[in-house]
Amino acid sequence: MKSQLLIGNAAVARGAYEAGVRVVASYPGTPSTEITESIVKYPEIYCEWAPNEKVACEVAIGASIGGARAMTCCKHVGLNVMADPVFTASYTGVNGGLVIAVADDPGMHSSQNEQDSRHYAEASKCPMLEPSDSDECLAYTKAAYEMSEKFDVPVFLRLTTRVAHSQSMAQLGEPDQVPLKDYVKNPAKFVMAPANAIRRHVDVEKRTEALRAFAEETPLNQVIDNGSAIGVICGGISYLYAQEALDERADYLKLGMVWPLPERKLCEFVAAHEVVFVIEELDPFIETYVRSLGLGVIGKEAFTMLGEYSAAMIRQAVLNTDDEPVTDAGLPVPVRPPVMCAGCPHRGTFYVLKKLGLTVCGDIGCYTLGAMPPLGSIDTTICMGASIGAALGMAKARGPEFAKKLVSVIGDSTFIHSGITGLIDVVYNKGINTVIILDNSITGMTGHQDNPTTGKTIRGEATKQVDLELLAKAVGIDRVRVVDPFDVKAMEAAVKEEIAADEPSVIIAQRPCALLKYVKYAGHCHVNQDTCRDCRMCMKLGCPALTVHDGRVVIDATQCNGCGLCVNVCPFHAIEKEAEPV
Amino acid sequence: MSITSIMIVGVGGQGTLLASRILGNTLIGAGYDVKVSEVHGMSQRGGSVTTYVRFGEKVWSPIIEKGGADIILSFELLEALRALPYLKRDGQIIVNAQQIDPMPVITGAAEYPKGIEEALRERAKLTAVDALVLAREAGSIKAVNVVLIGLLARNTSIPREQWEETLRTTVPPKFLDINMKAFELGYQYEE
Ligand SMILES: Cc1ncc(C[n+]2csc(CCOP(=O)(O)OP(=O)(O)O)c2C)c(N)n1
Ligand code: SF4
Repeated sequence: MKSQLLIGNAAVARGAYEAGVRVVASYPGTPSTEITESIVKYPEIYCEWAPNEKVACEVAIGASIGGARAMTCCKHVGLNVMADPVFTASYTGVNGGLVIAVADDPGMHSSQNEQDSRHYAEASKCPMLEPSDSDECLAYTKAAYEMSEKFDVPVFLRLTTRVAHSQSMAQLGEPDQVPLKDYVKNPAKFVMAPANAIRRHVDVEKRTEALRAFAEETPLNQVIDNGSAIGVICGGISYLYAQEALDERADYLKLGMVWPLPERKLCEFVAAHEVVFVIEELDPFIETYVRSLGLGVIGKEAFTMLGEYSAAMIRQAVLNTDDEPVTDAGLPVPVRPPVMCAGCPHRGTFYVLKKLGLTVCGDIGCYTLGAMPPLGSIDTTICMGASIGAALGMAKARGPEFAKKLVSVIGDSTFIHSGITGLIDVVYNKGINTVIILDNSITGMTGHQDNPTTGKTIRGEATKQVDLELLAKAVGIDRVRVVDPFDVKAMEAAVKEEIAADEPSVIIAQRPCALLKYVKYAGHCHVNQDTCRDCRMCMKLGCPALTVHDGRVVIDATQCNGCGLCVNVCPFHAIEKEAEPV
Repeated sequence: MSITSIMIVGVGGQGTLLASRILGNTLIGAGYDVKVSEVHGMSQRGGSVTTYVRFGEKVWSPIIEKGGADIILSFELLEALRALPYLKRDGQIIVNAQQIDPMPVITGAAEYPKGIEEALRERAKLTAVDALVLAREAGSIKAVNVVLIGLLARNTSIPREQWEETLRTTVPPKFLDINMKAFELGYQYEE
């Protein structure tokens, strides 16, 4: 059998392919995005970017009911958006196998919170598997489809950032020939009106009992016996850290299935060891269950609810060893937070918002970086789509005077995801808010996925494009205009006029993301030191290419992409464009 | 059962991801067990990025801990300094001497430290190179990552052909010549 070095996400995609999956529908979200992106490599699988996770999940549910093996993938917060259909799909069960891959982000590398998706398994009564490396990502995905069809249940596959984004070897197999199952109309199973749902709930509870029994026997939960007095209960990435730290100095109960948990196995394992540690990132999910069985273990008191774990942390907690002293840098090391790219279209908009000193309800995307200095113009960031509802709430709370110094900013993908409903609320409930849609023609933050406003499908095929202008008009916004955010004068004028109006308005700030292949600005910019009067207006842009060396503003030619925004803001025409590229 | 750990650090957008993929596949070709932890998402937007590559007979964790890196390959000067606590006592640093100002330096909230190269040299075996110059010589400043891979290659026991084989399979054919040249310039570099 062949094996290949794959990131966890690509291995999940391979597992789906080998399991005969026919339909994959997802909405991007780090660290889950590359699962669906890797599915694109398999032409026999239908795949799509849906407008949001809820729709994605519904597409996958429909495909499952229609007899196909199906998958939907999301990041942890995406599961919140998806939760509504998931909880009822748990009652209907499946026809073709259905797997929901969800990727948590301990340490919040790219997320707005650190929620633990394992609670969803228990709450929705759907089993959850958790692989530790790419080989398991592939194997568990296939196992999840077997389970889904055997127990008539959607199955969660939980990853964390380090599993999703680490490469390790995965054994590849041949794809199974899984025929499309028959579709037979079955309202008692698929129409979840109370009369049917009451009966299905009985089945759900029976199913959970069967899954509990399965958890006791499945090789997904395995004991690694090294004859040690120390026992470690863990799963996912924590298992790798624990092995790295303790190797044969501990025994392991490796839980590949996080819900339901194997009661008997846990009792036996704890009884067989002098001391038992539960090692899990984020919430004490396994620990709480183990304690509820009356078992004495060491858990969060020796570890933490915060961030990622490490082998060093485990070595310290379990073996009480101190780490080697480390080489210190010897010099102060300034942080390097992420910034909007040189040439980012959002920069022009935030420059204007900062200048006007407005209250800005922000949203989630590359433009969240507009909260960082020197642009520092965002007041709130909550979840995708929240910029519009939050601004309406603020305006209702504080009155029209406040509303006239307030805007929402939201990206094109985020607007389609869940901003449109907020905008309808503004119109319906007589808000006078101004919403700026930052239309950079792509879903930028998550690595450039197409979306309904880009006119292309996930496979790059041309499709109908949602017209944001018409859409805003259709929901009842009369004041809609399109502005180029690099034309800072026009942008400033537009914002001033629209916030002053006594009715709601939408400004579409339209310019493509600087990282798109077709976006090419010729040459690069440089500062003419003779005409520069050192007013530092350009420095307010927070462009990574504009910096100060020896007291003078200079442009780092290796960083500049030649977009020319700084040329537009310099009052003394001291920034010039050079034709030839670096 | 000794494990070698290589940390690749740089600034999001500099192409560290491709470098780690070339390294990972070369090591697989050489018959090792390999784990590579990549960085996707937010920090790719100009933030500090760190990729860990670990190889040996059997590797558990994909993560390098403080004091655990045999080699740090840095795409930028300040990032090498930031990574220093991860270096083993007798470890080696290969650094591209390019300076990219982080936003706190640009806004004046912090200073770009002076004397980084000296500080690194005092604490580690250091090879500093202006990879931009070599990349330009190879035909594109985008080839900085492959210049650095060339330098790294010379400091490992993996045969050169193995690296070139990986380049042929990972780099788009259109850019293969430039990248082969970039690799060669890095490989032959003398400080
Ligand atoms: C519910 C939910 N799903 C997915 C994500 C991941 N995510 C963060 S930003 C973003 C999209 C941003 O795209 P867009 O609004 O077009 O802004 P851009 O990044 O292009 O500026 C996504 C999908 C999330 N944070 N929350
Ligand atoms: S990826 Fe595009 S939208 Fe995101 S910061 Fe860069 S230029 Fe701006």
